[in-house]
Amino acid sequence: MRRVAVTGLGVICALGRNTLEFWDTLIAGRPGIGPIRSADCSNLRFKNGAEVPDYSHKPYFDDKRADFIDRFAQFAVIAAREAVADAAIVWTPELREQTAIITGSCVGGQSTEDIGFWDVYRQGLNRVHPLTIPKTMANAGASHISMEFGITGPSFTISTACSSAGHAIGQAYWMVRSGAAELALSGGSEAPFSFGILKAWEAMRVVSPDTCRPFSKDRHGMVLGEGAGMMILEPLDAALARGAKVYAEIVGFGMSADAAHITQPSAEGAARAMRAALRDADVRPEQIGYINAHGTATQANDPTEIAAIRALFGAHAGKLAISSTKSMHGHALGAAAALEAAATVLALKKSILPPTANFNEPDPECDLDVIPNVARESQVECALSNSFAFGGLNAVLAFAKTGV
Amino acid sequence: MSDEFIQRIRTVIANSQKLPIDKVTIDSTFQELGIDSMDAVNILFGLESEFDINIPDEETKEIRTVRQMAEGVEKLIAAKAAGPAAQ
Repeated sequence: MRRVAVTGLGVICALGRNTLEFWDTLIAGRPGIGPIRSADCSNLRFKNGAEVPDYSHKPYFDDKRADFIDRFAQFAVIAAREAVADAAIVWTPELREQTAIITGSCVGGQSTEDIGFWDVYRQGLNRVHPLTIPKTMANAGASHISMEFGITGPSFTISTACSSAGHAIGQAYWMVRSGAAELALSGGSEAPFSFGILKAWEAMRVVSPDTCRPFSKDRHGMVLGEGAGMMILEPLDAALARGAKVYAEIVGFGMSADAAHITQPSAEGAARAMRAALRDADVRPEQIGYINAHGTATQANDPTEIAAIRALFGAHAGKLAISSTKSMHGHALGAAAALEAAATVLALKKSILPPTANFNEPDPECDLDVIPNVARESQVECALSNSFAFGGLNAVLAFAKTGV
Repeated sequence: MSDEFIQRIRTVIANSQKLPIDKVTIDSTFQELGIDSMDAVNILFGLESEFDINIPDEETKEIRTVRQMAEGVEKLIAAKAAGPAAQ
């Protein structure tokens, strides 16, 4: 089986419109959380989110093309453009046919659907916009990426709620590792700031009224985010042969199902996914130095995740550095794992671990090193990126600092 | 708390949990009734409809029994009756 390198990154989210801005803001520990501006929140219990500030399609798409692409898919294309340029891919007809696109999204273009449903249910209109279906479908991100670059290889979308991008990147990794694809463009995108969607989140009573404080005793829940993260995966040998920049290697992917509860997380399920990733990577627990946690800041997730880490890592848990970057980029649902995978890859490359921002007070139930508030210089050999979705479907990615 | 009020609370919980109403008493705990966190959110939704109130998240954190739930609802109904300024 082939070793697989990450050779390109693309990011757009509350922390920045490219990878460099994203990383600089992350290691400054500066949250991108503030009052939601793209939806009317006057009748909502929460008012804050992690939006891409002042987003307009203008610099990225002409008006005609933008009409055909929901915001979530626009983000996917924007991040894909950066990743492709970053990896300096030179397209040939053969490469286009051997390239896979695997994207993740939780709600897809439901914001577009929300507008259409408002029109028919409340405005008394007898029709919705004819592009409602092609804009809403969750695979629109993958489709627009394929059209953007003329990529004709295997392309599909995975929707596993908050693990979507983790499952997507994991599949892409396995396809490149096995030889089923010579190159993969993978990640996730999301744009959930629409009134109907926000109301549904409000009803679950898991959204914080102020900010996101993972692992902090005074945490009040998650803060929704938006954006996209995309990465280029290719065989390490091929990357080195063409003189590509290598951020890190992706070395393992583990999945599990809790088979327990539709919303309550399970420490056993989380631990099984991490164990599966370590096994797939052929990495010992002691080789892991950093975990980018799922860390949603809900009452239920954080102690469960810490218990899972303790159960799997035993005494080594006390030596792990763990952070939740959701404290800064918010919970971007189907894009979350892609943003977090990018943060993990950059942490390995740059030997700096991003912090858990907004941390006030240790919680005895979350008493591991969560890198409170301040980034830390640290050489880490291997790292995990955890994603544990509603519905109990878990995805864990393992990355390693490249030895080359 | 009137009997009629308690009856309405018990009915909402019994309907939401798909339990016979005689299983739900004012002294039942959530644990006894098998109410987990998502069930509780569902019940709050039912109570909001039944009593035409808005139950803020911060009022819900420590509630573990039917009595605590009834007391919380009673308080919110009183606040509503006192006018919007009191809410």
